[in-house]
Amino acid sequence: MDSVATFLNGFLPEGLTTLIVIMIKIVAILLPLILAVAYTTFAERKIIGYMQVRMGPNRVGPKGWLQPIADVVKLMFKEIISPTKASTVVFFIAPMLALAPALAVWSVIPFWDGGVLADVDAGLLLILAVTSLDVFGIILAGWASNSKYAILSSLRVGAQVVSYEIAMGFALVGVLMAAGSMNLSEIVRAQEGGIFSWFAWPLFGLLVVFFIAGVAETNRAPFDVAEGESEIVAGFHVEYSGMAFALFFLAEYASMILVSVLTALLFLGGWLSPFGHALDDVPVLGSVLGDGFHWLFIKSFFFLFCYLWFRATFPRYRYDQIMRLGWKILIPVTLVWIFAEGVAIAFGWKPWL
Amino acid sequence: MTFQLFVFYFFSAVTLLSAVAVVTVRNPVFSALFLILAFFSSAATWVLLEAEFLGVVLVLVYVGAVMVLFLFVIMMLDIQIDTLREGFIRYLPVGLIVAIAMAVELILVMKSGVFNRDIPEPAPLSVSNTEALGEILYTEYVFPFEIAAVILVVAIIAAIVLTHRRRTGVKKQDPSKQVRVRSEDRVRLVKMKSEERQ
Repeated sequence: MDSVATFLNGFLPEGLTTLIVIMIKIVAILLPLILAVAYTTFAERKIIGYMQVRMGPNRVGPKGWLQPIADVVKLMFKEIISPTKASTVVFFIAPMLALAPALAVWSVIPFWDGGVLADVDAGLLLILAVTSLDVFGIILAGWASNSKYAILSSLRVGAQVVSYEIAMGFALVGVLMAAGSMNLSEIVRAQEGGIFSWFAWPLFGLLVVFFIAGVAETNRAPFDVAEGESEIVAGFHVEYSGMAFALFFLAEYASMILVSVLTALLFLGGWLSPFGHALDDVPVLGSVLGDGFHWLFIKSFFFLFCYLWFRATFPRYRYDQIMRLGWKILIPVTLVWIFAEGVAIAFGWKPWL
Repeated sequence: MTFQLFVFYFFSAVTLLSAVAVVTVRNPVFSALFLILAFFSSAATWVLLEAEFLGVVLVLVYVGAVMVLFLFVIMMLDIQIDTLREGFIRYLPVGLIVAIAMAVELILVMKSGVFNRDIPEPAPLSVSNTEALGEILYTEYVFPFEIAAVILVVAIIAAIVLTHRRRTGVKKQDPSKQVRVRSEDRVRLVKMKSEERQ
């Protein structure tokens, strides 16, 4: 990156160079992300297929590998219909409002040591703030569609997301108490020293709460009452077609990947190797067994797999049960855990904080 | 004009225009949306003032939570704009008096020279904004902070007590009971002789 910057500085003003370098970085993050989204949809269909003892998509390209590309092409050529008497401006702004925050959060995610677009001090808070904007896209889509099903779904989403954000926030409080920082890179560095210094062990309850809340925040099974096919058709995106629908789809899967990556960063040490630095000197495998992006990839992939696993396994929650789980179980668990953690920190009980 | 100044004017203009739009647009949902935009752009101005913690919290609390509930309520209520606009002429004199009084007061304050001071130099921070705020909040201002927390808890309890009624005759499910049910409690297996073939 630095060499590119010095090369451009030769004939461009400095401000423009900075801008171009940042743009290149943004593209370097977003392109793989969108590709990952496409192949997550493929993995979802394949994995759930095998869990239900069927083949999944296997027609387009070798072993079905081109299926997501075919889906995108199909969606691009579909007509975008806007319902009569719908509020057209809001109707078309809503999918963008859903997608923009889901992509913007990636600016503060560190992929390896130093591999981050914006090393913000209040990174954790920023993530919480920006992901809380996601819900507007869905709420407005429901309202602007001028449809009963859509608005019912957006009411459900609003209540659900606001409730689970509290549990998620408390789980994050536990993490930042343990790490002593809100900067994501600092949080990962605080977990240095092999598998037993990851926060997953002392904060196991918070890990579980965080991931459950993450599943609920992204409106995925078993908390997908927002879509509830059997009750409200397809929920907030019934009236959407073509690329407008694809944007919602993209936003949902980007947030899924985000929650998986965040769980890996906050609780499983992100890019840190589970062996610590013990195996760094092994001749050929040293670079593989040491820290690196591949560990973050493996850890996030595990949580992403859990998402799909849940969808194939659990029946959908009833709406009142979702609320009960959020308010009466998850929030008290986090409160007790944070209190116990505070006591442990105050008395200096290492290694359990 | 530096880039910083450009950003400042851009976000201030957006804040002002959307604030005006909040009170002038006809559709209440659009008003709420413009309010969100106003919050968001003022948060950006705060970030420009190097108060990034406050900026992020403004987005998190007001945009992410308060406005969601606001929109929620507005969408569920079927607000008739005609009835809201009824009696515009009748209330106009009172409204005008209030508006003029406020305008005069504002002008008097502005002219009094209270705002006519030098721009204070930002205190050099050795730690990040968030950390500095946390340190001062939990040491020097810990009691006001705790009192604010207690008042909020009281408000929550009061709101719950006021709205929560125990209604009789409502069929309610008790999840712990549901989980503890055994098949022996519900199902009775009856042994019967099969009927004779006719």
